[in-house]
Amino acid sequence: MSDQSLLTVKDLSVSIDNELPILNKINLDIKPGETHVLMGPNGAGKSTLGFTLMGNPHYQVTEGNIMFDGEDITHISADKRAKAGMFLSFQNPYEVPGISLSSFIRNAYHAQTGAPVKLMAFQKSLKAAMELLSMDESYADRDLNVGFSGGEKKKAEILQLLMLNPKFAILDETDSGLDVDAVRTVSKGIEEYQKKKDGALLIITHSTKILESLHVDYTHVLVKGSIVHTGDGTLVDEINEHGFERFV
Amino acid sequence: MSDNKQVVADIDHSMYDFKDVENERDFYRLQEGLTEETVLKVSEEKNDPEWMRDFRLKCLKLYNDIKIPDWGPSIEGLDMDKISSYVRHKSDMKGSWEEVPEDIKNTFERLGIPQAERESLAGVGAQYDSELVYHNVKDEVAAQGVIYTDLESALRSEYADMIKEHFMKLVPPTDHKFAALHGAVWSGGSFVYVPKGVKVEIPLQSYFRLNAAGAGQFEHTLIIVDEGADLHFIEGCSAPKYNVANLHAGCVELFVGKNARLRYSTIENWSKNMYNLNTKRAIVEENGRMEWVSGSFGSHTSYLYPMTILKGDNSQMEFTGITFAGKGQNLDTGAKVVHQGKHTSSVISTKSISKDGGIGTYRSSVVIQKSAKKAKASVSCDSLMLDSISRADTIPGMDIRTNDADVGHEAKIGRISDEAVFYLMSRGISEEDAKAMIVSGFANPVSKELPLEYAVEMNNLIKLEMSGNM
Repeated sequence: MSDQSLLTVKDLSVSIDNELPILNKINLDIKPGETHVLMGPNGAGKSTLGFTLMGNPHYQVTEGNIMFDGEDITHISADKRAKAGMFLSFQNPYEVPGISLSSFIRNAYHAQTGAPVKLMAFQKSLKAAMELLSMDESYADRDLNVGFSGGEKKKAEILQLLMLNPKFAILDETDSGLDVDAVRTVSKGIEEYQKKKDGALLIITHSTKILESLHVDYTHVLVKGSIVHTGDGTLVDEINEHGFERFV
Repeated sequence: MSDNKQVVADIDHSMYDFKDVENERDFYRLQEGLTEETVLKVSEEKNDPEWMRDFRLKCLKLYNDIKIPDWGPSIEGLDMDKISSYVRHKSDMKGSWEEVPEDIKNTFERLGIPQAERESLAGVGAQYDSELVYHNVKDEVAAQGVIYTDLESALRSEYADMIKEHFMKLVPPTDHKFAALHGAVWSGGSFVYVPKGVKVEIPLQSYFRLNAAGAGQFEHTLIIVDEGADLHFIEGCSAPKYNVANLHAGCVELFVGKNARLRYSTIENWSKNMYNLNTKRAIVEENGRMEWVSGSFGSHTSYLYPMTILKGDNSQMEFTGITFAGKGQNLDTGAKVVHQGKHTSSVISTKSISKDGGIGTYRSSVVIQKSAKKAKASVSCDSLMLDSISRADTIPGMDIRTNDADVGHEAKIGRISDEAVFYLMSRGISEEDAKAMIVSGFANPVSKELPLEYAVEMNNLIKLEMSGNM
């Protein structure tokens, strides 16, 4: 692991429509290959942080900045952040009729790299990634997320993560609404990204099931828009046992 | 990504916008306005048989008697006194492309028409203003007994009686004001006859180009697909933009015989000064099948509702349509179907996109008559508005006179969602491309029904350009 930071969030405050801030002076420092977990009770602002880092224009940064890979990305658009190597796995992925999952990934890959996609190699790695995620091959030709079950949508997000291979991925409640088997499968995909691709992660969750097989470097607890505590991987187990009570 | 920052640009119409100068030496143009004298003049120009001349005069009288429709978009900007109903190049129709006058040939070359023929069509007709300038059918298709010619020639051929028997019988001039107008001044168009059992493997195509300013185009298309025969007919239309109103009041009559099938595909891209008041109708005999694919992109104002009469038992129709209304456009489109025979079935599915203050209205009518036992009808219409100043309306009508009909209706109206755009952008896709992807995905069920070269044309039409400050 390098000493150079990949993502540095400094005193970040965020609000919607100029109302009271949802996030207050957030500080984060993530190095290449590190896995950070963000936990916290409902409504703490976890998803807001994920959206803000990815550049959803609905959320306005009122203070502070976001540095990624040596560049200030606080005010650049989401597509440019993706090109710089960021990824967000959505809690509620959108349904887009008329474009298939595989051609969407191909388009995204092309948009990010600017290079022509080699079809055979692409299909081979898509097939392998789908196998790892126990996704039926037929999903590749189905319209993006249309009619997918909750579990299939989350698998499709992790599939995109594996295919696009970013430097840093935010996983926003990728485990919510999944049954035990699906959590295990999705977790396998994340492990692949973490280990084989040495990807950095910010995992937003309020359960701990998904973390069982993953190595965690840091755990942050977000309460009412502020990070109130940061610890190592063992903090996950403690919260698992005692809940958030001592932080609230 | 807010509405005021990003605007979806207009459809790029530039490839159609070139104009050819209409000069007096090469063109004959009838005095603007509509009188008995002008109608007789058209009739004389066309060397009509007597019955046709009388028919035109009867239609003119009907036109003067029938009121302008009061239920649709305004057509106040259309002043018949300023429309010339007949403009033709002073040359005859040609059967070989080389003989077509240079200026007209260039126009069609630029639109890719002869090229399309060489590649994938069984026959092509090209109309320039009021007259067909070119008509050709591949030998092997002609050898099957398929007739594809201009209506005027057909009126003087062995098919004269067949035309008299069918001409404006399906769309009578009493139908509405512009059907009457059409009857009075119709000119050009095509006659197609596919004999019993003949299956035409590759499509026939007609292309209509209205080049003259302040003119009307009133082509008549009459297609008869006899028992057990099969045909795909494609029509394309375009015009350059002028500051004066142009009028298109064509008429399409389609007769689909027992066990026959007809597919009729249209990509219409009239310029934004065009009033498109077109009437299309098909009648389907027992076990026959009518398929419509319709793309409406151009015109200032459109009234367009292709209608199908399912006369025979077990006859079927399927209508797939898309309408794209941009700035200053009011496109009122949809479909009509009348179920008469038993076990008849119809499927109507339409998509409408509006942007930049454009108005897209979906209007349909499904009628199931008492005789249509166990009829099945399904209607689905989706509208997508690209900004907050555009408008989409849905006006579906149903009149069911049986108690055993199976009828379904589904309507959706929505806006392009900022969240969906953000989702695509988070994967590295630019805002423009994300929006274009959502729109072409929305249009996909229609584009995949089109012949390849038209699907490409449609995708070019939907190619969205963004302006703004990202």
